[in-house]
Amino acid sequence: MTWRSPLAVVRDALRGQRAREKDLRNLVSNLPYEGLEKAKQPNRYFLGNAIKTTKYTLLLFIPMNLFEQFHRLANLYFVGLAILNFVPVVNAFQPEVALIPICVILSLTALKDAWEDFRRYKSDRKLNNTPCFIYSRREKEFMERRWKDLRVGDFVKIVCNEIVPADLLLLHTADPNGVCLIETANLDGETNLKQRRVVPGLCISDPEFEPESFNGLVVCERPNINLNHFKCYVEKPDKEKVGAGLESLLLRGCTVRNTDHAVGFVVYAGHETKSMLNNNGPRYKRSKLERKLNTDVIFCVILLLVMCLIGAVGHFLWLQALATVPPYLVPQSTGHLDSPALSGFYMFFTMIILLQILIPISLYVSIELVKIVQIYLITNDVDLYDEETDSRMQCKALNITEDLGQIEYIFSDKTGTLTENKMVFRRCSIMGTEYPHKENAIRLTVLDEAESEEEVIFNQRPQPSRTGWSLDPEDTNPKDKAQPPFSRHKGRVLGNAQGDVAFSSPLETEVIPDRKLLQQISRAECSGRRLTDPYLDFFLALAICNTVVVSMATASRQRKSWLPHHGRTNNPLDTLSSLVKSAGSFCHIFTSGQRKPMQKCSLSEDYFQEEDINPPLKMETNENTNDKKKTRSPSATSDNLSYEAESPDEAALVYAANAYDFILLARTPDSVTVRLPSGEDLVFEVLDTLAFDSNRKRMSVLVRHPITRECVLYTKGADVAIMELLSTPYAEHLSGSQKNIAADTQHHLDCYAKEGLRTLCITKKVVSDKVYDSWSLNRQRAQAAIENREELLMETAMQLETNLSLLGATGIEDRLQENVPDTIVALREAGIQVWVLTGDKPETAVNISYACRLLEEEDLVINMSCKNKLICTSILDSTLEEVRRYGEDPRNVDTTPDISLVIDGRTLAMVLSSDLQDRFVDLAKRCRSVLCCRVTPLQKSSVVKLVREKLKVMTLAVGDGANDVNMIQAADIGIGISGQEGMQAVMASDFAISRFKHLKKLLLVHGHWSHTRLANMIIYFFYKNVAYVNLLFWYQFYCGFSGTAMIDYWLMIFFNLFFTSVPPVMFGIMDKDISAEMLMGVPELYRTGQGTGDYNRKTFWISILDAFYQSLVCFFIPYLAYQDSDIDVFTFGTPLNTISLFTILLHLSIEIKTWTLVHWVVMLGSVAAYFIVTLAYSAICITCNPPSNPYWILQSQMADPMFYLVCIITTVVALLPRYVFHVLRNSIAPSPLTQARHLDRLDPSSRDQWIKEWRSFRGGGHVKRSRLSTPPSPTLETPVDIYPQSPTASDITEDDFTLNVITNYQRPVHTRNKDVVAS
Amino acid sequence: MASSYNAKEEDGHVPGSAGHGGAAEAKSKKPDNTAFKQQRLPAWQPILTAGTVLPAFFVIGLIFIPIGIGLFVTSNNIKEFEIDYTGVNSDSPCYSCATNASWNNTTPCLCSLNFTLSQPFESNVYMYYGLSNFYQNHRRYVKSRDDSQLYGDPNALKSPSKECEPYRMSGAQPIAPCGAIANSLFNDTLELYHIEPNGTRNLIPLVKKGIAWWTDKHVKFRNPEGNDNLTVAFQGTTKPVNWRNPVYELDPSDPENNGFINEDFIVWMRTAALPTFRKLYRIIQKKSGPTPTLPSGNYVLNIAYNYPVTSFDGRKRMILSTISWMGGKNPFLGIAYITVGSICFFLGGGFKQAALNIWSVHGILGGVELSD
Repeated sequence: MTWRSPLAVVRDALRGQRAREKDLRNLVSNLPYEGLEKAKQPNRYFLGNAIKTTKYTLLLFIPMNLFEQFHRLANLYFVGLAILNFVPVVNAFQPEVALIPICVILSLTALKDAWEDFRRYKSDRKLNNTPCFIYSRREKEFMERRWKDLRVGDFVKIVCNEIVPADLLLLHTADPNGVCLIETANLDGETNLKQRRVVPGLCISDPEFEPESFNGLVVCERPNINLNHFKCYVEKPDKEKVGAGLESLLLRGCTVRNTDHAVGFVVYAGHETKSMLNNNGPRYKRSKLERKLNTDVIFCVILLLVMCLIGAVGHFLWLQALATVPPYLVPQSTGHLDSPALSGFYMFFTMIILLQILIPISLYVSIELVKIVQIYLITNDVDLYDEETDSRMQCKALNITEDLGQIEYIFSDKTGTLTENKMVFRRCSIMGTEYPHKENAIRLTVLDEAESEEEVIFNQRPQPSRTGWSLDPEDTNPKDKAQPPFSRHKGRVLGNAQGDVAFSSPLETEVIPDRKLLQQISRAECSGRRLTDPYLDFFLALAICNTVVVSMATASRQRKSWLPHHGRTNNPLDTLSSLVKSAGSFCHIFTSGQRKPMQKCSLSEDYFQEEDINPPLKMETNENTNDKKKTRSPSATSDNLSYEAESPDEAALVYAANAYDFILLARTPDSVTVRLPSGEDLVFEVLDTLAFDSNRKRMSVLVRHPITRECVLYTKGADVAIMELLSTPYAEHLSGSQKNIAADTQHHLDCYAKEGLRTLCITKKVVSDKVYDSWSLNRQRAQAAIENREELLMETAMQLETNLSLLGATGIEDRLQENVPDTIVALREAGIQVWVLTGDKPETAVNISYACRLLEEEDLVINMSCKNKLICTSILDSTLEEVRRYGEDPRNVDTTPDISLVIDGRTLAMVLSSDLQDRFVDLAKRCRSVLCCRVTPLQKSSVVKLVREKLKVMTLAVGDGANDVNMIQAADIGIGISGQEGMQAVMASDFAISRFKHLKKLLLVHGHWSHTRLANMIIYFFYKNVAYVNLLFWYQFYCGFSGTAMIDYWLMIFFNLFFTSVPPVMFGIMDKDISAEMLMGVPELYRTGQGTGDYNRKTFWISILDAFYQSLVCFFIPYLAYQDSDIDVFTFGTPLNTISLFTILLHLSIEIKTWTLVHWVVMLGSVAAYFIVTLAYSAICITCNPPSNPYWILQSQMADPMFYLVCIITTVVALLPRYVFHVLRNSIAPSPLTQARHLDRLDPSSRDQWIKEWRSFRGGGHVKRSRLSTPPSPTLETPVDIYPQSPTASDITEDDFTLNVITNYQRPVHTRNKDVVAS
Repeated sequence: MASSYNAKEEDGHVPGSAGHGGAAEAKSKKPDNTAFKQQRLPAWQPILTAGTVLPAFFVIGLIFIPIGIGLFVTSNNIKEFEIDYTGVNSDSPCYSCATNASWNNTTPCLCSLNFTLSQPFESNVYMYYGLSNFYQNHRRYVKSRDDSQLYGDPNALKSPSKECEPYRMSGAQPIAPCGAIANSLFNDTLELYHIEPNGTRNLIPLVKKGIAWWTDKHVKFRNPEGNDNLTVAFQGTTKPVNWRNPVYELDPSDPENNGFINEDFIVWMRTAALPTFRKLYRIIQKKSGPTPTLPSGNYVLNIAYNYPVTSFDGRKRMILSTISWMGGKNPFLGIAYITVGSICFFLGGGFKQAALNIWSVHGILGGVELSD
């Protein structure tokens, strides 16, 4: 170790700082510098890979932890008080004792922190010592080292299933295509495989990679938090720049899958890696209750100060009244007596010390404890467990459980939240012709009926019989019968299983090819135009135009081994020649059944001879795919394939193409292999992928067709994004087809949307080589750019995506999750306004809203969609006026239909402007539900913020995708649904659930419980401390306001810390005012918690007043009983203390709603603890605690019958008013909660019976179930087929005496909404 | 199309495989279905309504009223006599003593009061002295003592606690017992004479043993050990400034009643809870035979008037009282029990009426109507 001057050290540190702060970093390989001292290392300024997430160090733990803890104001307050004890003039009895409570609190918290930190330390150490392979120049190979030894500029080798130790720039993989598959589950929870590829053109894919040969300069941006963004280029020695982005970056924490090994260059290490930058601790939110609590603490402080002031003034006056110095007035040690004014002043502080426990010191600790247990119980709720994904409910925010009980507005995403986000291909339109896929529809209907029979409210019936399956005409597949998904259903049936057969059955996800379309395809196959046939192109586009990763379906995610079989087909020339020869040699016709295998009508033997692939094998696989028989052949291809898509729509489309035997076999960065129905495998060279972004609303893949060698651009996207880019209709050669394909397709699209399907348009464009060449130059430039890369890339994408030719459109269904309508209805009955904010088209959204009963048929639906602000303003005004008038009309009081608002994104943008937002909020709050369509993520969050701020309500946002993150963060409570779209929403959320239906129990039951428990506990805490402290206060009137406590100081501390602290905590954890079944059955009960809830100013002050009353009783009855007797100070305090204990505990027992064994144990245990501890203390302490010395006091008291008589009468008198109040309230004007508690005591069956009766009495209209059929789709030929008898089937099953009346009655109103609809 | 889903099923649940469920559940994150975790512990759910509370109120009423009557009667049976001998008024025999009383007087001022007991006092009679407006519970007064010293700790004897300031040291010598409480020890002496109808004065024997708590006398208070001779034991200490005699000469009549274990001293050291208090002074033992302890008639109370109370506007009383199981005379508790018992009784009745009304109107479930 050479000595370096401090100046040099400082200079070096500054230089390092500067290097780290620079926007661009230049990194070179470490290898040439291996073994040199640190000062010579080129990358020495960048952080190493060792991580340290601990907050504390061993030596500095205590000061640092104290510093942390003193950020909490309450702790400072208590420490300040403890210090005040040591000021001599306040005459504390035992200043040291005053330190005990705060020390206990601080050390408990410190212990918790230390334990957490130690766990972090252990996990850090484990991570830092994880082995990894780092290249060493000396050894000329990859050596096993530890993660912490890794530095920026090193070369790391990762083998399959290993975790990436740092952010690596991928330079080499074992895969000949330079691809490495990674799983980012650790990072974002997405379990699908993602493809990463080596930086192109850097290292020739030698079988062995030579790190020493790498001599480029890696220029990358400053580390940032964005996981989906990375910019960098590699400057080769010859100054050529090669751009690289996220597609070449392996993030720390990812797992390498299906790739034998990969070598990367470390760009960011340790704390600078993206995953570490994203690794923020748990979110800290402050709940509404806690905010109110803090104001009440301030009230308590004011109360305390007032009491102290009274004490100080009283002491002053008392001293003033003394004529001379009495013998009991003790002068200072100097023999000098302070003036009354000064004594009064000092007395103020003495009083603060005496009465300090008015502010409950243990309150904060207790609240934390209660919340932890509440969270534990919530996460352990078996009803919130999802069997399918094996996931529990997760609580990310630890301190807002009680907010769940106060929600007034819910903002929900649609896709993936209300719906499954398991996309299923339903219909398509090709070249202006609709293919309704009736067979699919029929099958679904059969399933639906099986489902609808189940739909009886409040039923807990066992698993439905599987009749639906056997009825299924298509169910000829023995495999399906052989494995009925018992295991899947088992768990769900435990919950509120309402016909979820349809959702989880494999049938549901299967696409049965449309007969007509199959014929079309086979005709196309047979015809000579197979290279340009739009039908084939359509399915090719479905198969190609995506970013789906193909992998084996096996769980181990082992490397897929199909490549060797088809290695030769990589040569496009061979394929071309063979295909040209065999063109038209395949033809397929159909026999009757939809799923019967296609037969080859003619088969060219030469074709197979000329194919390079083993013909018998080929035949076999071909048969297999057509047959959809599973895994018979060892070399099985298509059925072993599993598609992992980032967006479920893409997967659905690929599966759809699969159903038509356009099988996506493999995807590498440079090629896509598709097997055609004819059995040939086409390998398309992928020239470029124009990824999806929400601005363009489309994505494209540019491929070179292996046969025609044309550059073909396949684009798919939202209809609005595509329709305006269309050129002339495609395929003019279609004979006699004069119809406008675009118009027809648009028409179909509209119908799809009305049906609730998600629509996508598929287009194709042939790009000439010349255009491509010039474009690709631009593209490369854009890719290498480090600034504005996104803009440039988007620009280039827009350049190419023009003059598209429409192939067709698809309709993908996204089924509602189970129990969504139920949940929404329940939430609404709970007084929660539900808003749905979706990016979908209004038609789709409205339809889904009817299906999930967000909108009811009898609703008055206001549809706001306007083009400019002027119209918007006038519409808003007139609607508002009408709604107001409508609500005020006395005739409508009982009959008012609920008003719903449908608004689209553009209009929303206008009404969110500052001058209109008040009116909008005014309108929206009169609406029962609001549906916003076509909204952007930013709009979602601004809607949430607007409502939250303007209406001052508790908001909850629930969503599952990245587009919901803004909204989730804006709301008071953000709930993420861990669904198909990764974990971004979950990561941003406070609570994560797996199904929307869980929201019902989470809010109605756990929210209610958490809120009432915590609210009651806090109120009780305030009461308890005020009641106890006031005893001391009243005594001051009889001791000259001198600050005497008649209770032993230790016992006072014990009283708060031990004797009376467990019962309220247990109360906060376990009290259950109403059973879960009742809360779920009668969601109206939730309303009690909304607004201010149980914890409001009134209840707070009532309990404070009650505390005053009780303390008066507890003091003055013993006072009168012991007046003018020979009782001494601390003997007088003993009955007071005992009375307080009984009063406080019995007060709690009035509040406790349910008594379990735990309650009894805790309550009796507290009393026992009091007597045992006090008796023991009184027996031992002879001179230990001057001046009280409680020796034998309690014993002598307990031998005195007066003690018991005083205790009994005082307790009774103290509690009598509260008792009477409760009785009167419960008997004369019982609150809904009390009534519910009465019902709760009935046996379950009669309770359910009652709930049912009450529900139907209250208006069956609310209970009515509506199915997807409700708004009939006007134009398509099929709706009747899809839901042949839907309304009747469901309606009959329910008791609908009132239902029919109401529906009929409301009908006119329903039609009326047409008038209100604004254009 | 279905390949992925079927495949998924095959992964986990191969039909007929023995591990169906078993192995999967072991790893499953599914929460335990226990009563505690699912918050379904069997529970008792009381609801406070008129119906359930009626019996409670009646029972309370029924129990309290007899207790109250019992207490009241007991309290009334206690005989108590109280006489104020402060000497505030100029016609009082102790007026001159009261005006001249001072801590520094070396000679006691004597005065005597005549009084008449209209009723005889049976059984043991307790003689108290009562002080009013004397704040023995003043914060700084209460702690102005050293219990270790009183416990006989030799170190504390030589170096009393700081709490005793400014009555800790007198010059260089520690004060024993130190502190303001000891310093202000009540030092009046009371003697009681019965004047028989023939005019003879009979000194009534006053017992000074057993007036302090047994535990105080035998455990909490101890003389410094090591020496039988208290004078030696207390050597090196000095008496409190207001005292006339050192602590080892408090009771010249009984050597066992000297030092810290002097019962008058112990009684005084147990600081009163309230500014008006009484302290047990002597016990008048019940005489054998039918004669009452204190027959009705005239009495004379001789007072050695030492304790000045005029400075704080205090009063001094002498109280004669018999006691019962409930202690001294105090009608409050009896009245309180009777009152509360009656209230509960009537509340019970009122609730019964209210409950009947509600029941008749709504029926048991009709009353349950959940408002929005």
